[in-house]
Parts: sequence; C-alpha cells; structure tokens
Amino acid sequence: MTQKISTLLAQAGNRYDAKTGAISAPIYQTASFGHPALGQTTGFDYSRTSNPTRLILEETLAKADGGHRGFAFASGMAAIDTVLHLFQKGDRLVVTEDLYGGTFRLFEKVFRPYGIEAIYVDTSDLAVVRGALKLPGVKAVFVESPTNPLLKIADIRAIAAAARELGILTIVDNTFLTPVFQRPLVQGADMVVYSATKYLAGHNDVVAGMVVTGNSELSERIGFFQNAIGGVLGPQDSWLTLRGLKTLPLRVRKQQENACGIADWLISHAHVRRVYFPGLANHPGRQIQDREGSGYGGMISFEVDEASRIPTILAGVKIFTFAESLGGVESLITYPAVQTHADMVVSVRERLGINDRLLRLSIGIEDMGELIEDLKGVL
Amino acid sequence: MNYATRLIHSGKDRDPYTGASSIPIYQASTFHQADPEHLGHYDYARSGNPTREALEQAIASLEGGARGLAFASGMAATSSVLMLFSPGDHLVVGQDIYGGTFRALTTLFRQWKLEVTFVDSTDPTSVRKAVMPATRALFVETPANPLLAITDLRAMVEIAREYKLLAITDNTFMTPYFQRPIELGFDIVVHSATKFLGGHSDLIAGLAVTREAEVGHRLKVVQNTFGAILGPQDSWLLMRGIKTLGVRMEAQQRTAGVLAQWLVNRPEVKRVYYPGLTRHPGHDTHQAQASGAGAVLSFELQDVATALKLLKGVKLPLMAVSLGGVESILSYPATMSHAAMPKAERLARGISDSLVRLSVGLEAPEDLMADMAAALKKS
Repeated sequence: MTQKISTLLAQAGNRYDAKTGAISAPIYQTASFGHPALGQTTGFDYSRTSNPTRLILEETLAKADGGHRGFAFASGMAAIDTVLHLFQKGDRLVVTEDLYGGTFRLFEKVFRPYGIEAIYVDTSDLAVVRGALKLPGVKAVFVESPTNPLLKIADIRAIAAAARELGILTIVDNTFLTPVFQRPLVQGADMVVYSATKYLAGHNDVVAGMVVTGNSELSERIGFFQNAIGGVLGPQDSWLTLRGLKTLPLRVRKQQENACGIADWLISHAHVRRVYFPGLANHPGRQIQDREGSGYGGMISFEVDEASRIPTILAGVKIFTFAESLGGVESLITYPAVQTHADMVVSVRERLGINDRLLRLSIGIEDMGELIEDLKGVL
Repeated sequence: MNYATRLIHSGKDRDPYTGASSIPIYQASTFHQADPEHLGHYDYARSGNPTREALEQAIASLEGGARGLAFASGMAATSSVLMLFSPGDHLVVGQDIYGGTFRALTTLFRQWKLEVTFVDSTDPTSVRKAVMPATRALFVETPANPLLAITDLRAMVEIAREYKLLAITDNTFMTPYFQRPIELGFDIVVHSATKFLGGHSDLIAGLAVTREAEVGHRLKVVQNTFGAILGPQDSWLLMRGIKTLGVRMEAQQRTAGVLAQWLVNRPEVKRVYYPGLTRHPGHDTHQAQASGAGAVLSFELQDVATALKLLKGVKLPLMAVSLGGVESILSYPATMSHAAMPKAERLARGISDSLVRLSVGLEAPEDLMADMAAALKKS
C-alpha cells in the first residue's frame, strides 16, 4: 500500500462516478441492473450478488487491510456465519475462549448441532494454541485479539505461522483494533472478520459486518457463500459505513488517547481492583502488541471491589451511556455478565474472569477530563 | 461542558422512547393531534420536525446562542436572515463576502430595495464611515474568501452597538469549534453547513444561530413562512458530521499548517495566504478572536501556467468548488468562486489568475505534499 491509511480512507469512494464527478459515492438503491444485451452484463446483475455502493465499501476495506477482497454483511454475526459455512460436519475449530458472546452462541447453538465443533483455548498462550492445532479434525483457528472483554493479546503472527504449517486456516476477528492498529492479513492470517457496527462505522448508528480475505481462492469461496446465503449489507448502510471509514483513523487515535488516560486513572482508584487495558505497561500482552500492532485501541475493562456498586454506577453515569455495543464516538459502559456474555455458562464465565464485578468501557471521543469526572462521580 | 464533549452530547442525542444512541430520522410531514383544540408541539414538519429540532438545538448550544435554525442550504439560511429587513433598509457588508451572498444582495434583494454598501471590513474606520441613518445591520465574514483577510469581530460589535445595528457574520470557515462570534457579541451567525460542519462533502445545508431569543423568534417566522427548511435525512446526517467536527478540524488544521509552511518554501509559489502564518495580515487579530487558523489556505503561483499545471496535475485533491470536506479540494477562484466578479475588480482585490485555494482534508500531509510536488514538476 503506497498511500497512508488516512489518505486511502479520506478519499474512499471519491473519483468513482466519472459521469458526474460526485465526491461522495452514489447510493445505488436498486435491486436489479439492466443488461445491455443478451449474454452481456455491466458487471452488476442483482444487488444480492453485487451492488456498486457495497462494492466501494468492500474494496476500500480490502485495501486498508492489505487483503485480496472485502465482503459486507448485514451484521457482524452474518459475516461470521458466512465464514463458518466454509466448514463441514466433523470439522473442528480452535477458538479464543473469552470471545464475543454472540460468536460463542453461534458456535454452540447453531453450528455444533451441524457437527462443527469449537475447541475453546486461551489464545494468548501460544503453547496451548500449538497443542490444540494438532488435535484431529482441526481445520481453522479463530482468534479474537484483544479478546472481549478481558483484552488478552494473542501472537497472531506466531499462531498463523503454526497453523499454516499444518494446513490450517487462521481467521481473526479484528473488530477491536481495526486496520489502523492491527493488520492480521499482513501478519499471516488468511481472513479477517469485523463487526463493522463498532469502530469501522463508528457512530453507533449502523449494524454491519465485514470479511476481508487474504487470497483469491478464499475470495471465490466467500463470494459464493455471500451470494448464496444472502446476508448482505444494503446500499444505505454500506454508504453510511463508508462515510464512517473516512474518519476512522482520527476517531480511533483520539479514543486510544482518551483510553490511556482513563486506564491510568482507574488503576489508582481505591474501589477498582483490577484494570484490563493492553496499553498498560504491566499488561501481559503489551510486548506482543508493541511488536505486532501500532496501537492498543479504546476498550477498557475493570473490576470493582464489590458487585453492590454496579447498579449505582450504571444508573449514575451522565456522559457514558449504559448500553451494549462499542466503538462509537459516544462512550458506552457495559456489564458483560448480564449483557454481552449472558449466553456463556456461569462456571466458564467465572473461571475466565468475567465475574459480576466486571465492567467494560468503550471510550469515545469526548473530552478525557470529563469522562474521568463522570466515572469519579459514580465510583 | 468541555467543547469536545459538547460536540458529541449536545442537543437531544438520545431517543427518550427507546434509548437509541442516535436520534431517529422522523421522515414525517405531519403529526397526529391528540386534542383538536390544543395542538401539540409538532403539527406540520415545515414548522417543526423532531430530527431537525435536535440539530437546531445542537448548533445553538455549540455557537452559544439562544436559537438555532436549519435551512436547505447556506444561501437559504443567509437569504432567510436578509428577509428580516424591509425595503429602504441599508446594510454595510464586507466586500469579501461569499460570492453567493454578493449575488443575492445585488440581484434578488436589490429589486426589493434593500440597500447595500460594500466596504473593506478589515478596516473598521471604513465600516463606520459607511453607516447611514437607514443602516440596520453589518454583515461580515472572517477569514474571508479566498485571501483569508481578517476582520476584527470585536471592533464590528462595537460599531454595531453604537449605531444599534444587527451584527451578522458568516462563520463557515472557522465553525464554532475555532470561533464563536456570538460570545463576542454578534447577533446572528450563519453557516454553510455543507462545509466543515457536515464535513463529508455529501450534503447541502445551512444554519443560522441568534444570540437573542427575540431575533430567533423573528427568524423562525421567516423559516416557517418562506419554508426553506432542511429535511430530516440531511438534518440527521449533519448531526452525524458534527460528532467528529473536533477531531476533523484539529487534524485538518494541523495538516494545513504543515502545507502552508511547505508552500512558503517552494520556489514555484509567490505568496501564501493562511491565518496561521505569523506574517499573515491580521494574524494577531485572528489569534485574539479564534482558537485556530482553520484548514483553508490560498496561494499564488509564480505565473498562470504554473497554477494551471498544478490544478491539472494533482491526483489527490479534487479540483472542485466547495470546501471543508474530509477530501482535500483545490479550487481556482478565477473561474470558480469569483467568476462572476468583473476581472478588473477581481485583480484589484488580489485574486489573480495564478491564485489557487486549497481546502485541506484528512489525507496524510506527506501524501499531499508528494502529490503537489509531482504536479509542479511535470513539464
């Protein structure tokens, strides 16, 4: 990629419409496309297969991630669901144990009955991952890094290298860091998935998912499933996601700057027992992240000393919104045990550290001092 | 509340019924009334629409005014403000006012006998001299287009108070993020919100904010009667743009400063106009009334051929009218913004045929410099 990512994204969709010169890519709100003649096509036939507005978004993210092709879906779950259709009965996947609850539910409630099995491991432990990759039937490793909500860091480069040697696919959910801070395909992964609802779109106003593939063979297969299953993103939301991408570098850098300050403040608070943030000097994954990525993101989790504080905190915050989701310009606070990870078995959740004293923050682009004041008021 | 936070959380940014993090787009023209004798707050969407109202409250808060009103374009906002006056009223207007405003005053409003004297508003003495018994308002713009000439806002307020005139200013170039004229005593601020406020080159909108509720009420009557309102879709998109105004303005200004300095040192460039340069006329005045230099700069090349070479040779900035978007835009005042001005008048004002204007976007400064250097090098 010759251009800097900020240049690429600011210019996304520009110079597309040669007929009018429109700076902003048109929203092609059309289901179908006329054919010039029998046996001829403009390249577009039916919008489930391909739509020009969606294609601009898909091409932009593929470039940003250094990948081969991009694919946009109706939600992050639709994106992951489509990817999992690559596998067949009897196939097994090595999966990050503290992963997003919706992905966990998809593996357990939807794909396990079809005979596709997830083996959950701590992907921040390379030796454990290497061991699991050798289990019979393993066809892929599905990594979230940093994980949700405990922000554990996996060594994606080392995992991808080990998987490649065994002919195993590496799939990375890059929702938390985005191509601005981490580009797994460049580190050797085969595929990247996103909930584009989060940082990519960035304004808490779109639900969308994306996949970027690393080679033409995977592109062909994912393209086939995208069209065959049909969980595609509509033109309006594609356009709005593209509009969000234009300010992605600005937003995530500001969110990270705010998150660093807030994490430092939380550490020294008397009622905070533990802070999870990859940018902290003593975070176990900090070294890997410094070597492999270019940032820590804007997500923080922290444990308070007593669960009885939680209702007061959630009811009392004024700038933070108590809501699920993350990655928007507005700061959000989430209670993982009852919101994002409610589908996880309680004993597993507790063992992972997702207990009833844990809160997760998605830091926005507001003034850092005021976000700290807001937390100070309720802690 | 700190300004960065106000940009995200001003106005009604949460839906009271559902808690939605984004205000709903009320695509409704009329509203059911519960009581035929006492109509509710909303009756017909020209008079009031909840989405537009959220935007209007947001801009009023950001400019520090009593009332905000949203219009279909910057010109609709300005023209609606001009409708506050009556035949025979006289206005003193800065000669560097935006070309569209100049056209409205010298054609439409002239036929309705609104009298205007154009003066060099960078010189408060000539403004004072132009005031006549029938004068009702001052209308200035700073920094002005395209030479970024600076008008002393406090001096204008002083003259306006002395002669009981309405002080009106077009704050498009600075936005309230960098300059808040109402806080300095101005009565009305107008915006082409198409530019930095919307910020993504994808909508046309205008805004007006009044310092006092009484003037706001009169303008509201014009808005409802004349009816040049902003629709709900564009109102929503504009609010989405405002959420990243702070991070965009900071980044665009930073790059503009780097480019201005780079252009100063280029042999092909004769002169650079940018309020951030210490040698820029009015630099100190600007510093005293604004917290930033903005992201628009103009520069004069050594000759017309070099200007045309640059305009035709650049690949990154769009060659287009307008400004304030995430994409850099290079314009040629001679044939674009100032085409309607007689050539002799244009040259006398320093707007030569070798002058180009650059609206700096979010691209990386290195990429923009490399692109312009390559265009200048072409033979």
